Amino acid sequence: MPELSDRSKEKGDIIKTKSLSVKEMETVAKRLRRHVITMTGKAGSGHPGGSLSAVEIVTTLYFNLLRHNPEDPNWPDRDRFILSKGHAAPLLYAALAECGYFPVAELSTLRQLGSNLQGHCDSTATVGVEMTAGSLGQGLSFAVGVALAGRLNRQEYRVYVLLGDGECDEGQVWEAAMAASHYKLDNLIAIVDNNGQQIDGWNRDVMNLDPFNKKWQAFGWHVIEVDGHDLTQLLNAFNQAKAVKGQPSVIIAHTIKGKRGQLYGE
Amino acid sequence: MPEEVSMRETYGKTLVELGRENPDIVVLDADLSKSTMTTFFAKEFPERFFDCGIAEQNMIGIAAGLASSGKIPFASTFAVFAPGRCFDQIRVSIASPRLNVKLVVTHGGISVGEDGSSHQAVEDLSLASSLPGFTVIVPADAIETAQAVRAAASNWGPFYIRLARLKTPLVYKDDYHFKLGKAVVMRPGKDVTIIAIGIMVASALEAADNLRKQGIDCRVLNMPTLKPADEAAVIKAAVETGAIVTAEEHLEHGGLGSTVSQIVVKNQPVPMEFVAIKDTYAESGKPAQLLEKYGLTAKDIEQAVRTVLKRK
Repeated sequence: MPELSDRSKEKGDIIKTKSLSVKEMETVAKRLRRHVITMTGKAGSGHPGGSLSAVEIVTTLYFNLLRHNPEDPNWPDRDRFILSKGHAAPLLYAALAECGYFPVAELSTLRQLGSNLQGHCDSTATVGVEMTAGSLGQGLSFAVGVALAGRLNRQEYRVYVLLGDGECDEGQVWEAAMAASHYKLDNLIAIVDNNGQQIDGWNRDVMNLDPFNKKWQAFGWHVIEVDGHDLTQLLNAFNQAKAVKGQPSVIIAHTIKGKRGQLYGE
Repeated sequence: MPEEVSMRETYGKTLVELGRENPDIVVLDADLSKSTMTTFFAKEFPERFFDCGIAEQNMIGIAAGLASSGKIPFASTFAVFAPGRCFDQIRVSIASPRLNVKLVVTHGGISVGEDGSSHQAVEDLSLASSLPGFTVIVPADAIETAQAVRAAASNWGPFYIRLARLKTPLVYKDDYHFKLGKAVVMRPGKDVTIIAIGIMVASALEAADNLRKQGIDCRVLNMPTLKPADEAAVIKAAVETGAIVTAEEHLEHGGLGSTVSQIVVKNQPVPMEFVAIKDTYAESGKPAQLLEKYGLTAKDIEQAVRTVLKRK
């Protein structure tokens, strides 16, 4: 049993969310999977595969690690979760709804005209969404800016940013990786949803990223590799990353695109 | 001849003043701080200055992240690199979420000179104006530059401000008061209106002086805020003078000429002529040679006025 985050103690009077146990998170992860399948099924589109691969990552963040307050979404000291792979929006929406940012019933409006839940993340449309994304490769740069602001303001929040592995084809990701390391941003933790696939096929066939781990190391990052569907491994990885000083950390989470989607009829 | 002052040096000094007044002002550059003059800010506020290296796309993203966290970022590079090099980053990370980022770019237009067409921004105003929610400003001199930069700092929302590389003649006096979104009548006149921006304002004034000697009474309007444009001033010019010539250091399409045309056609159709770069890139050369070869001198404005008057 990994040590639970003490986030509720850090800002006790503000934080309304509590850190769930691994067992509790397993239940939440199932609910998020079901939401993703239901939402994208109803919408008839919406990248369920890239959402399902990141379910455990997002569950660990929103239901254990993040210091946040759904009743005060703009709380200045909140930890930030930035979804750079904006096509996994259905998963983020499901997590935000389950946290109480907006009613779960709203999930069924995904991608419909007038909905708050846009096809890709839109910070002006959805409560709790930190960054407008969808054009890949931009989230890590944004996260660097948010982390620099935190340092300038002497705020203690952490910045978590989720990228896709295919997204790492984008040159801007490596510009930002260089900058995060240059600025020694130890308040920044990147997670790569390493599901091995991109739209046109396997990464290794479309555009080989290997040696992926060594690329991040060479850019000055502390690298941790985990099974991205194992909540205990993810928790341990995050806690390890939080303890790293003087450099940013990246968690390469090995995942399966569409993980457990078939259980829900996909 | 009026005194010539550097817009970008004025920009750098204004940033330092703003930095002293407001701790939330932060500045980013992409390895051109000695040219954009953000180096002044970097020296006084090293902890609030971020040199992003030769990586404009990343600079835009970092600026957006800083803005989303309550900072007021000024991000600078050459006009040819922003928005050109990083248009999608500006679109997705700044314009779409309407973040409070100020892009102040230098070396606009072909008066960049010897560096040649790769370094001469001729489409930037079209790109910047196309972005929903962006305010686009092209100051005419250093005095207007200082005030436009201050206006950007104190008005919420994304801004694009385009400055020139060369020292430019002062067309304003120290008592000038820049008003965001308002055009300025530089010379009254009743026969025709010359609407100009940037370095073309000085040329427009020169052209108006020459034309007056020939009995042509030109109104000269400076429209520093290209977007949102001062529609009332344009309509007034169309109604009262019945003919308009626009003058800009930019392609004919998508900049001042296009903006003014839309207002005129919709409200008060009158004959128009356009002093601008035709559908081409320029080349290396001395700034004055280039302005002459590509039709951006006072003489070109005078010719356009004579042409438009024949159609009035």
